[in-house]
Amino acid sequence: MPTPVQAGASVPCTFPQYLLLNAQRFGARTAMRHKDHGVWKSWTWAELSDEVRAFSLGLKAIGLKSGDKVAIVGHNRPRLYWAFAAAQALGAVPVPVYADSVAEEMAYVLDHAGVHFAICQDQEQVDKVLSMVDKLTDLHKIVYDEARGMRDYDHTNLHSIDAIERAGREMLASDGDAAWKEEIAAGTGDALAVMLYTSGTTGKPKGVMLSFDNLVVSARNGNSFDGLTEKDTILAYLPLAWVGDHVFTYAQAYVAGYCVCCPESAETVDSDRREIAPSYFFAPPRVFENLLTAVMVRMEDAGPTKKRMFDHFMAHARRVGEPILNGESVGLWDRLKYGLGELLVYGPLKNRMGFTRMRVGYTAGEAIGPEIFRFYRSLGLNLKQLYGQTEASVYISAQPDGEIRADTVGRPSPDVEIQIAESGEVMYRSPGVFLGYYRNDEATRDTKTHDNWVHTGDAGFFDHEGHLKIIDRAKDVGKLNDGSLFAPKYIENKLKFYPNIKEAVAFGDGRDFCAVFLNIDLTAVGNWAERNNVSYASYQELAQHPQVYSMMEEHVAQVNRDLAGEDMMAGSQIARFLVLHKELDADDGELTRTQKVRRSFIAERYAPLIEALYDGSTEKYVETEVTFEDGRKGKITATVDIRDMKRLPVAGAQKEAAE
Amino acid sequence: MNVHVREDMERHVLRADDGIVMGEDLLKVDHISLSFGGVKAITDISFDIKKGEIRAIIGPNGAGKTSMLNVINGFYHPQEGTITFRGKRRRRVRPYETAREGIARTFQNIALFKGMSTLDNIMTGRITLQKRNMFWHGLWTGPAEREEIEHREAVERIIDFLEIEHIRKTPVGRLPYGLQKRVELGRALAAEPALLLLDEPMAGMNLEEKEDMSRFILDVNQQYGTTIALIEHDMGVVMDLSDRVVVLDYGRKIGDGTPDEVRNNKDVIDAYLGVPHE
Repeated sequence: MPTPVQAGASVPCTFPQYLLLNAQRFGARTAMRHKDHGVWKSWTWAELSDEVRAFSLGLKAIGLKSGDKVAIVGHNRPRLYWAFAAAQALGAVPVPVYADSVAEEMAYVLDHAGVHFAICQDQEQVDKVLSMVDKLTDLHKIVYDEARGMRDYDHTNLHSIDAIERAGREMLASDGDAAWKEEIAAGTGDALAVMLYTSGTTGKPKGVMLSFDNLVVSARNGNSFDGLTEKDTILAYLPLAWVGDHVFTYAQAYVAGYCVCCPESAETVDSDRREIAPSYFFAPPRVFENLLTAVMVRMEDAGPTKKRMFDHFMAHARRVGEPILNGESVGLWDRLKYGLGELLVYGPLKNRMGFTRMRVGYTAGEAIGPEIFRFYRSLGLNLKQLYGQTEASVYISAQPDGEIRADTVGRPSPDVEIQIAESGEVMYRSPGVFLGYYRNDEATRDTKTHDNWVHTGDAGFFDHEGHLKIIDRAKDVGKLNDGSLFAPKYIENKLKFYPNIKEAVAFGDGRDFCAVFLNIDLTAVGNWAERNNVSYASYQELAQHPQVYSMMEEHVAQVNRDLAGEDMMAGSQIARFLVLHKELDADDGELTRTQKVRRSFIAERYAPLIEALYDGSTEKYVETEVTFEDGRKGKITATVDIRDMKRLPVAGAQKEAAE
Repeated sequence: MNVHVREDMERHVLRADDGIVMGEDLLKVDHISLSFGGVKAITDISFDIKKGEIRAIIGPNGAGKTSMLNVINGFYHPQEGTITFRGKRRRRVRPYETAREGIARTFQNIALFKGMSTLDNIMTGRITLQKRNMFWHGLWTGPAEREEIEHREAVERIIDFLEIEHIRKTPVGRLPYGLQKRVELGRALAAEPALLLLDEPMAGMNLEEKEDMSRFILDVNQQYGTTIALIEHDMGVVMDLSDRVVVLDYGRKIGDGTPDEVRNNKDVIDAYLGVPHE
């Protein structure tokens, strides 16, 4: 039987204080679940606080003290989440680390943070830490959760959480927990709560220091914005080191008191989500894309009756689903039919995807395809977009219920001020603004102004409804020669939303007009070719097929129509395009390993093609070196067609279209 | 403050202790000969397997390795020689009897039930441990239900151990080869064997799958204290994993010892590099 842990009297301002409060106010409510050995195990807030107390006292017993840094290395396991509160209760600072990173990357972070303790999930992570232990002069102790394979290790400075909790319980039995609680009660909001290292796609990772005030205020605002309460449920499946996970599944969960569910393993997330059916859900666009593809593939295999039913009701949902969700007026007949659809199609579909109880869902991190976004919304799922950063404790802007657009990131979040700098860069100021980068004052000064405005590094603007639109990384945004704004990624994303287009690279900075390279998607276009009896022998032949060119031309024309409707972007309509004769590939250095285009490299490699785009020629002969999978090199040659596009007059009519 | 943190790593020995101390003979084969008509598959082979070790049986194709495993698990009956398992001299036994005695195996060509899920396949490994008869299990109430839950828990521990949670409910026929091999290992482990026979556990695997499988074999040996006899062609794997190696060629034993001893044995080198036989 866990003994109830009593809370202090005042309003909590740290997470350990919230833990004690929750043990009191939601003592019997489920705080955490974990699927283990095929069964969901759960802890109430009372049990959770009991575990955290034992863990925390045990850590104290092996020497953890206030101000120490504690690395937390592993996937979403209950005990690693407990480690946050257990360390914070002693005044120590948790530093979650990406579990997937290789030893060298991890060594940089652990060394830079100067961690004293490392709490690891299993042998794999312990081995990584041990392999670089020589470099980590501050590291005293390593703690692990799963004992498997660890029997023959030297246990002088290595402890299992089991043993630590046992020691903690012994301490509790002999000395009580009064001192521990006093230490928690003495915690203040301005203290450093956590250090989150940014993933470091640009340069070395930086340690973002967030205070309890940053996180607690952001969590409180986030909860009230979406009406999250102790009755909600979330699935914890994103990396612990990522600010989103820290805020959604730790900060907001402690403040609101809702239940956090840890999946069995990374591979079982889909089926675990189906079993839990979280009411609050966050995922990058990729997850929604994959889910939709899985559904569509299954529907292709379904019997004709089912398929007809699905198509019919999905068409209806596309028409009336979103208006119903937004609370607009919809005719009675349409509502009844939508109800029937819910019973026959939408309900089972949502159940299949684990969204039956989803009240609030967010997607962020990348632009999501409007079709995909609308698909989920039309099913009656309240999927929204938000824009955030580690430095802001997540929230910068978010879409309020009922004001959802596929291409904006919503209005400023509560207590957040946003301004657009001269350069077009988005800047914000909020209670969530970070204290600074750890041991990197120069970067702090570059990012945060003296009056607390933070540079996001993203270019964006407010549309006429007051919604923020992010267009690109600020440093990639350029200008055409006529002075109109050119945001390559914005254009490329619009193109890539078409399933037939796999990659796009836009050029235009310092040029007269915007021109693009396109890559066809072999799966989608190949499938189309099969259905339409278009024969082809190679990727190259398919890419250069006149009918494929016409298809691409339609897509580009549609993108131009979209761009023409936007004041800021209308100037950068696509004037010319070509379809590349080879697929852009990471093996050839054209993409990064995370499948992002390497703009400058491509510009160099395909310089003759770019030249041809701008010198008015209608076709160009090229030779390109390719690397085969076994490392051999070869050459492919092709004559690539270049097409001209019509640019439309600007809808807003402030600027002349560059005809 | 000086609180001592105890690290008692409880060892999950699945099967109750059989009284044999680690490092003593678990199985001994003496002067075994096996022939099919005029074909001599095994001629006068003797070796032992000590409790807690990983024992590799290697040799060129047709050396009699699989025949040896088949003899050990009672599928073939040698014309001459004796087998002593757990100190008892064994009479003519059937494979299911050796299974009950604590010998489990995997097969060179996967022999799973393709249409059944991973979970069900591994559950079948528990059949020899079932205490209630078919009647009770047909009723599936009371003691049979309790027993089933115990078996399921044991199987879930194996699923966790082999990291195959994500394919728990997937029909085995739909799984890639490497995973099927893992499920087969799981089924053998489910019988809580004292001696685990692995017939080419890494055949047809890529490097990553081999590394995973090696890891699992070592973990089984360390964590459960299971004695393992394995046939394997990948010499790198054999030399890294095994404590002792026995080498067969043309049905005869030509070498026996630690990996290093075997590696430097002239007969073994000849057998592998090929020396003309008169």
